Amino acid sequence: MPLSDRDLTRRILQRVGLGPRPGQVDAAGPDATLARLLAPAAGDPGVAATPPPAFAPSAGRAQRQDGAEQGRELAVWWLDRMVAVEAPFPERMAWFWHGHFATSVRKVRSGALMYGQNATQRELGGGDFRALARAMVVDPAMLVWLDGGGNRVGRPNENLAREFMELFTLGVGNYAETDVREAARALTGWRVDAGTGAAALTPRNHDPGPETVLGTTGALDATGLVDLLISRPATPRFLAGRVWARFVGHTPPADADLDALVAAYGPGHDMTAMVRAATGAPAFRDPGSLLVRQPVEWLVGALRALRLPASALPAAALRKGLAGLGQVPFAPPDVGGWPAGAPWLTTAAALSRLQLARAVAGAADLSAVTDVPTAGRVAATAELLGLPAFTPRTTDALTPLAGRPPDLVAAALTSPENTVSA
Amino acid sequence: MNILTRRRFLQASVGAALVAAAGEIGWLELADRTRTHPLPPDAGVLVLVTLYGGNDGLGTVVPAADPAYQDARPDLAYAEHEVLDLGEGLGFNPGLAGLKRQWDAGTLAVVRGVGYPQPDHSHFRSMDIWQTASPEHPTGTGWIGRWLDGAGRDPLSAVSLEPVLPPLLAGATTAGATLPVSGLALPRGPLGTAFAALGAPADGEPELQAVAARAVADLHRTVDTLGPALDGGDEPDARVAGGATAPDAPGGALAAQLGAVARCVEAGAPTRVYSVSLGGFDTHADERSTQQRLLTEVDAAVAGFLERMAGSDRGRRVVVTVYSEFGRRVAANANEGTDHGTAGPVLVAGSGVRGGFVGDQPSLTDLDAGDLKPSTDFRDVYASLLAGVLETDPEPVLGAGRSTLPLLRT
Repeated sequence: MPLSDRDLTRRILQRVGLGPRPGQVDAAGPDATLARLLAPAAGDPGVAATPPPAFAPSAGRAQRQDGAEQGRELAVWWLDRMVAVEAPFPERMAWFWHGHFATSVRKVRSGALMYGQNATQRELGGGDFRALARAMVVDPAMLVWLDGGGNRVGRPNENLAREFMELFTLGVGNYAETDVREAARALTGWRVDAGTGAAALTPRNHDPGPETVLGTTGALDATGLVDLLISRPATPRFLAGRVWARFVGHTPPADADLDALVAAYGPGHDMTAMVRAATGAPAFRDPGSLLVRQPVEWLVGALRALRLPASALPAAALRKGLAGLGQVPFAPPDVGGWPAGAPWLTTAAALSRLQLARAVAGAADLSAVTDVPTAGRVAATAELLGLPAFTPRTTDALTPLAGRPPDLVAAALTSPENTVSA
Repeated sequence: MNILTRRRFLQASVGAALVAAAGEIGWLELADRTRTHPLPPDAGVLVLVTLYGGNDGLGTVVPAADPAYQDARPDLAYAEHEVLDLGEGLGFNPGLAGLKRQWDAGTLAVVRGVGYPQPDHSHFRSMDIWQTASPEHPTGTGWIGRWLDGAGRDPLSAVSLEPVLPPLLAGATTAGATLPVSGLALPRGPLGTAFAALGAPADGEPELQAVAARAVADLHRTVDTLGPALDGGDEPDARVAGGATAPDAPGGALAAQLGAVARCVEAGAPTRVYSVSLGGFDTHADERSTQQRLLTEVDAAVAGFLERMAGSDRGRRVVVTVYSEFGRRVAANANEGTDHGTAGPVLVAGSGVRGGFVGDQPSLTDLDAGDLKPSTDFRDVYASLLAGVLETDPEPVLGAGRSTLPLLRT
């Protein structure tokens, strides 16, 4: 039996958005909810209320000392932005692309460069993937992260070329080692100016070619290489698999499902269309298509329901909570990004989730719960958090906490029902 | 420790508060676990130390006497008198004084030139290869995870002290437990009781939701078993490939992780494999100072751990293995660093280890596109550890045809 309209609306709000506001699950049906999410209106007050931090553009040595602190500041800002927006799809796609083009401030060490990449992913994330990929291959943070700046004619560095093919476009197995070496030559000559943080091509450091990549020979530059990779059928199928894993479920898609996503993406490389197609797949309406909420999604969902900015949490609790859960924005573990599914469900994470949930519940206005007589508080908590009815297991566990609203909400946030996106 | 004394240990260590916090999981279950999963007193324990980022093997076990090394790295190379002499023209990095003492005591083996055929230069793939022990095909299970699958499927048999489960501990049906180094204090009172109750299974709930519930239940079982050993630990920071250590932890992040392991081992925890790690070894620039600083941290943590372990019967069954996903290119680059390479040394140490060199030192002149040619397959190191430390047949984990190396005293 497919999901009810109400459960489908909740799923859309959690996965295409960043989690429902109180009452939003019942405000509109699934079709209207999806249409509104995918066509975000300009002038979101949540965007205006959360201006990005201003970092000096310099990527020089003195500046780099502050990189770790800037990364923490930027992460809190982004969480605040994700909580504040009324039209969350641009942030959802920026978050998706941050995991895809996973770049860490721990090496980039510049808030300005990390924000620049984030802004590009936000601006282009729902549009033509070719434009986004062209921007990413010469993105200053990316060039620092994957040593593109040290890639010069006669002294090529394969790092960026390899990850671009393996993790960003074609997927592993769809190219040969010789393609990596040739692609690296196409990407020679770029460097990031330490003063301005801008990336520029120094022609004398660029290999004039010709290069042979995937059987095509020509004098390739960065754009030419990206266009070649994008033109391969492997790329949209690889992207569709990534979209599936983040929007639909952890069971790999059938060929027909992939075909539908690729067809929607089409000649315009339209990522919003691909996401819309994912929500139209039969599996998206299957009650069994659960996703494990990534730690940031779990936290942002809670904060959106409680209308609580991340910056209102005790800074140490937030930092330790996300580190303990294994997901700090702008600090992915490596260029492969974060895992999906069951690897998040560790014993250590269960403890960190509880600790962070207590910090959230302790800082939030819980009047939506406290205003209700104790007998109705468990149900009011489910309503507040936008959850379906709890299992008897969870209801029985939470009922003794009705007289202790912060504990009630903290425990509800750690419930198995809230750990997954049903 | 036999069953009786093990039970006594649990009774003595697990305070009333923890028992109350555990809710429904009470003494009967603890007694069951003690009966079903006692760690026999002579059971070997393996501690895997993963160095993320590609530790430069030539800067760790330094061929300082080889002119080809000096020529390849004019600004990076250590002079012969700077390194800690191991013989055969090789010496430890100056930061490894504690491990040099282990070498001198005959309890540290250096396996040279460890790698695999057709080396991959991607951190991601190469670490995946090392952790899954599957160079030919990507696979979803780690080598220790496959051992877990075949060894009773108990998450507490293999424990990570890192925030995210490393792939090496993921089996097809079992995943190792992850423990926070900072201790396992659960809330007491009604919230603690409610949290424990959330770990119970619910009829008909979807699989992943059931897994989430089981993680809560596993946490409570873990606290029951290992909580006392972990109390008083130091605060960890996230492990990242980009190079984080925990600056606020005394002795660094690795020392904090190994301190927790030491407490677990001494307490007789039912764990055969521990996973700890340190990142930051991706030294494309300014390699000499960065690597020596990191190796000094490794040395303080690992040598300190080994010295502590030598002081107890259980500790003397511990074998530590230190590895990275690849070594680095022989020739330095223009930034006084090195790019991704291939083979590197694996260090194996412990009271039961047969010290000395194992395997041949790769040539610095007979190279493969600028990279060292591996002389030892890393799966043979694993086979030796599976057979000698975990006392199991390596074939179900690693496939047929592996040979074992003379790493352990018999």
